Amino acid sequence: MAKRSGIEKPLSSYQAARKRRNLLIQMGITLFALVVLSIYTMPLGYGVMTSLKTKDQASDPQGPVIPSEALQYEYEGEKYDVVYVPTDDGVQKWALIKPTRRVSQFIDINNPEAGIIEWEGNWRALEPVFETSFQWGNYKEAWETIEFLKLLKNTFIYAFVTMIGTLVASALVAYGFARFKFPFRNALFMVMISTIILPPAVTLVPTYAFFVKVLNWGGSWLPLIVPQMFGNAYNVFLLRQYFMTIPRELDDAAKIDGAGPMRTFISVILPQAVPALTAVSLFHFFFAWNDFFGPLIYLAGSRDLRPITVGLTEFNGLYRTEPQLILAAATISMILPLTIFFIAQRVFIQGIVITGVDK
Amino acid sequence: MGVSLKWTRVVRAQPRSRFQMGLRSMSPAQRREARWGLIFISPWLIGFTLFYLMPMIASLIFSTYDFKLSAPEDARFVGLDNWNRMLFHDSNVWEGLRITFTFGTVSLLIGMTSAFLLAVLLNSKHLLARNVFRTLFYAPTMVPLIAAIVIWSRVLNPQTGWLNKIIESFGINAVGVDGLRWLDDPNLVYFAYTFIGLWGIGNAVLINLAGLQGVPTELYEAAEIDGAGWGRRLWKITIPMVSPIIFYNLILNVLGLLQYFIVPWVLNQGNGYPEGSTRFYMVYFYKQAFTFQNMGYGAALAWMLFIVALIITMFLFTTGRSWVYYSSEER
Repeated sequence: MAKRSGIEKPLSSYQAARKRRNLLIQMGITLFALVVLSIYTMPLGYGVMTSLKTKDQASDPQGPVIPSEALQYEYEGEKYDVVYVPTDDGVQKWALIKPTRRVSQFIDINNPEAGIIEWEGNWRALEPVFETSFQWGNYKEAWETIEFLKLLKNTFIYAFVTMIGTLVASALVAYGFARFKFPFRNALFMVMISTIILPPAVTLVPTYAFFVKVLNWGGSWLPLIVPQMFGNAYNVFLLRQYFMTIPRELDDAAKIDGAGPMRTFISVILPQAVPALTAVSLFHFFFAWNDFFGPLIYLAGSRDLRPITVGLTEFNGLYRTEPQLILAAATISMILPLTIFFIAQRVFIQGIVITGVDK
Repeated sequence: MGVSLKWTRVVRAQPRSRFQMGLRSMSPAQRREARWGLIFISPWLIGFTLFYLMPMIASLIFSTYDFKLSAPEDARFVGLDNWNRMLFHDSNVWEGLRITFTFGTVSLLIGMTSAFLLAVLLNSKHLLARNVFRTLFYAPTMVPLIAAIVIWSRVLNPQTGWLNKIIESFGINAVGVDGLRWLDDPNLVYFAYTFIGLWGIGNAVLINLAGLQGVPTELYEAAEIDGAGWGRRLWKITIPMVSPIIFYNLILNVLGLLQYFIVPWVLNQGNGYPEGSTRFYMVYFYKQAFTFQNMGYGAALAWMLFIVALIITMFLFTTGRSWVYYSSEER
C-alpha cells in the first residue's frame, strides 16, 4: 500500500489483506442493506408512480413502470400516433398517417419535410412510442374529490387540541410521580402502567353508550377529545423517566428562592424537559393523525367532521376503479407526517427508545 | 385542601389501613408533599376513574343485560345469558378467536424476526451510512396506516401489482389469475396482512437496536477469542442479552394483534373475504356492539377479550422467567 503521510507506517501484508477483507465485507453488507431497503420501500415507489399515471395505465397489467403517454405528432392540424417502424436504416419513429392493410403512409417526425413515406407491412404489428408523462392533474382531482382541505382541517384541529391537553395533563401527572412522595405512589404508578395492557374495547361500550345517549355527543368531536385531557400511561411514563434525570438541586434552588411546587414545575422542570415534551407531542400528533376507531364509531354519518383516516377509507371504497386517484390521495395524506419525521427524527427516535428500553 | 382532609378522616375510621399508618408517621412537611403529589396526579386519578374504572365495572354490568342502544328503555336483566350464548352457542366467537390466533402467530413470527434481524443489520459496524439507513428504514412506519393499507392492497394486486412482477422476474409464476392472489386466497391472505404490518415495525426495530447497543462488547471479544462464529455469538450472547427487549416487544405485539381490526375493516368492511378467513374477533365485536348496537352482548365480548388478553399476558410473564435474562437484580 502506498504511504499517504509521513507518520503512517507502511502496512504489513497481513494488515493489508485484513483491510481489503474488511472493505469487502463493508461493501457486501451495505449492498445487502440497499437491496432490503429497496424491497421494503418498493410500495412507496409503486404508490407514487401509479398516482401519476392515467386511469388506463394504472389498471393495465402490461402498462409501463414509469407513467407515460403514447407519443403523438401533429401534422397539418391533425394528431397522429407515433410508432416504431423497422426500416433498412434501423428502427425509426414515424407518425402513422394513413393505416391500410398492406401499405401504410407515414411521416418521419425528425424529418417532416420529406413528406409522406409509404411503408409495406402490417401496421398493426408496430409498437407505439411512449414518452414519460406525469399526470399531476390526478393530485388536483384527488384533492378536490376527497375534499382534502376539510379533512386536513378536522384532523389538524383534533390532533392539536388533544396534543395540548394530553401534554399538559401528562406533564403534571409525571411531575407528581417523579418528585413527590405520597401514600400508594408505587401502587398507583403500577396501576397506571397496567392500563396499557387493557384492551380499549372493555371500556368502549359503556363509554359509547354514555357519550351518545346520556350526553348526546354522538356526531361531535367531544367524545374523542375529552377523554384525552387526563394524560395517558405512555406519555406519563416517558415524561416521568425524563423528569427523574433532572438534578434535584435545581428544584431546591428554586425552593430557596421561594418558589412553590407549581412555580418550580413551570420555571425549572418544563424548560429542562423540552426534548421529552417534544417527543410526547410528536407521538401524540402521529397517534391522532392515525386515529381510526374512535372517529369511525363516533362520527358515523357526520361527513363534515371526518378526519383523513375515515375520509380516505371511504374514498378507497367508493373509487375502486380509479386507483390513480386513491393512490394520489394516499400520497397526499402521508406528506405531512413524513416531513415532520424527517425534520424531528432525533428527538422522536430518542423518545421511542426511552419508553421501550427503560420499562 | 378540604378534599384530602375529608379523605384522611374517612380512612382513619379503618384502624389498620396502610394509608393511615403512613400518615401518622408523617411530618407536616411530608404531608404537604403528599398533598402536592396527589394534586399533581389528580388529572390521571380523575381520568382513570371516569374512563377506566367506572366503564370497566359498567361494562361488566352491561354484559348481564339485553340492551339495545336504539331502544334503551327495553333493556332487561338477563343474568349470564350473554355469557352463556358467547361461550357455548355462538360459533362466531370461537371462529373469531381461532382466526385471530392463527393470523397472530404468522404475523408475530414474521414481524418479530424481521424487526430483530433488521436491528442486527442496522447495528452492524460494517454497514456504511448507518444513520441514513436507520432513518430510511423507519420512514414507512410514519406512513399513516390507512394510506399504507391502500397502497399495499394495490401492490399485492395479482395482475398490476409490483410484488408479483418482482417475484415473476425470478422465474416463478406469480402474475395473473393462476398466480399469487395475495388478498383473494385464504392461504395467502394472512401473509398479505403480515406484509402490511411489516411497515409498522419501526418502533420495534429501534427498541431492539437500543438493546443491541447496550450489549457489552467484552462479551463478543471473549467469544471471538474462544473461536465462536457469527451465528453462535448471535444465539449465545446477543439474543439472551436483549431478551428483555424481545419480551417487551412480544407483549406489546400480542396485545395489539388480539385487537386486530383496521386492516380487514379497510380492505373488506369486515365481510370476512376471502371465504370468511378474515373474520377477526374485533370485527365481530364491532359488528355486535356498533353495527347492531347490542350493548349487552358487545360488553360481554369485550370482557371476554380482556380475559383472554389477561390469560395470555400472565402465561407469557410466567414462561418469560425461564428465558428472559435480566443482568441486574433490581428488575
